[in-house]
Amino acid sequence: MDYKDKKLVEEKVFKDPVHRYIHVRDQVIWDVISTREFQRLRRIKQLGTTYLVFHGAEHTRFQHSLGVYEIVRRIIDDGFNGQAEWNDEERMVTLCAALLHDLGHGPFSHAFEKVFDLDHEKFTQAILLGDTEVNAVLRRVGDDFPQRVADVIGKTYPDKLVVSLISSQIDADRMDYLQRDAYYTGVSYGHFDMERILRVMRPTDEQAVIKSSGMHAVEDYIMSRYQMYWQVYFHPVSRSAEVILIKILHRAKDLNESGYSFAQQPVHFQSFFNRTFELEDYISLDENILLTYFQIWMKEKDSILSDLCTRFINRNLFQYAEFDPATEYRKIAELEKLFKEADIDPDYYLLADSSSDLPYDFYRPGEENERLPIYLQMANGDLSELSRSSDIVDAISGKRRTDHKIYFPEDIFTKKQHENPLYAQILQLLRS
Amino acid sequence: MLQEHARIVQFISLAKEVTGRKKLQKMVYIAKRMNFPFAEKYELHMYGPYSEELTLRIEELCEMGFLAEQCTDKASYVQYAYNVTETGNDFLDTADQPHPNLSICIDRLNGKSSRFLELVSTLLYFDHLPKDEQITKVHIVKNKLNFTDEEMTNAFGFIEELQRQSLQ
Repeated sequence: MDYKDKKLVEEKVFKDPVHRYIHVRDQVIWDVISTREFQRLRRIKQLGTTYLVFHGAEHTRFQHSLGVYEIVRRIIDDGFNGQAEWNDEERMVTLCAALLHDLGHGPFSHAFEKVFDLDHEKFTQAILLGDTEVNAVLRRVGDDFPQRVADVIGKTYPDKLVVSLISSQIDADRMDYLQRDAYYTGVSYGHFDMERILRVMRPTDEQAVIKSSGMHAVEDYIMSRYQMYWQVYFHPVSRSAEVILIKILHRAKDLNESGYSFAQQPVHFQSFFNRTFELEDYISLDENILLTYFQIWMKEKDSILSDLCTRFINRNLFQYAEFDPATEYRKIAELEKLFKEADIDPDYYLLADSSSDLPYDFYRPGEENERLPIYLQMANGDLSELSRSSDIVDAISGKRRTDHKIYFPEDIFTKKQHENPLYAQILQLLRS
Repeated sequence: MLQEHARIVQFISLAKEVTGRKKLQKMVYIAKRMNFPFAEKYELHMYGPYSEELTLRIEELCEMGFLAEQCTDKASYVQYAYNVTETGNDFLDTADQPHPNLSICIDRLNGKSSRFLELVSTLLYFDHLPKDEQITKVHIVKNKLNFTDEEMTNAFGFIEELQRQSLQ
């Protein structure tokens, strides 16, 4: 029997709070899960700094990856299997892509990627195709199999239906993270009837579509996503923690460039500072390592680095104020000037941050939009774009909401505003 | 503090006007790949490399009144054109000056068609691969556009020219 088709003697299950059980029967899947690169995901939190606001949000990309795999497995084995539009030869490549779609995420990936100008998707490809344990397992299926998995994740795979299960406006990735993040943050949004969606999902040549009778379940899913973005993902305090995290990494990088001598050499960062890193340097990093450095840097002699790290570790975050860049860009310039006069470096202590989300969008021919819409399959087999049938979805389609804030260390200014008139002036301007 | 916003306004200011959302997306991507400092993150989408962050940034800049968006109905499709407003020029006074080579790069890009830039940007997206694999990838992800061998040759030549004036 081919390795691709080899089954475990007994089905293995992972207990999971979202899906109850994750079922594994395929030897390939079991072997991939056991690789060091996949196990590393246990040490990367799914929601980065959100745990500093929602204390339950300590779940990891390992859990999410298993969840996405389980949803895709159910779509294929319980739904698509045997249907004319589905080619069961694609089953294993689809399952592996689902399991490995987040493999290249680094520690606090958004912040880390921003500061070091990296892209986790490129690392996913590099891990799949490089000299790694994951690659060795995938190559046992076939010489071209690692590349096929990489192509599905990179959205360059010829079978668009396979790609759409992992990456579209209603894919297994989103269905898992919404439910999982809702569960672990403890919020009541984010729940929707996934069982119903899976039952009404249908394969077509181009993408998975939804039987029209399942429209209301999809409406619920889109509204859940909308709520989760504004209540959890863009929470202003969580953004404050992320802003500090970014500035810690910036400061460490800037100090290194200026020839600063760290009390303890930041060996894990050196190749990223110098841009000489290799894949192994990246795989070796995780959030435990970053947090250990932050603890060490709390005692660093550079006052900015030690202050920022102390703030992050002890959750003494920056305060925020609403900010309208359209009318207040001169105010920012004024604040920057005052910060400098007060001897507080605005590059590290005055920061603007914007959040924005588009809950659902659909492609209008010629409008140069880039998102594949969700299609309903009508009783006669025709496809109809979701917002044409759903008033709720139509109401929020293409509607982007943006929120701007500025972050600053209010505690510094309030404590000493009586000693330094500049501090009082800064506070007044920030609050105006 | 709003340098990332300012860079996009500067880009359009240097171009004077950019016609087409797709074209603007590809122009910024190619400039970024020539090492000019644009922060927007790109992924592969329907028309090649696409940045949701850039789409957002443009919408924001229009809402702020720094950019003006003109919308023209071309019967079978709608075309958008962007230029910098007076307020946008005022905002640029608060920004750092761009690298002089950026203007040269933008002029070259703005003189090309959206289809050609789509090809160039997609080739650049796969430039970690050998040339023949780059071409194969383009044919897979853009199978409906039927790029000719001549277009491929021209695109590779154009990339080489751009790279000679890129930031190292």
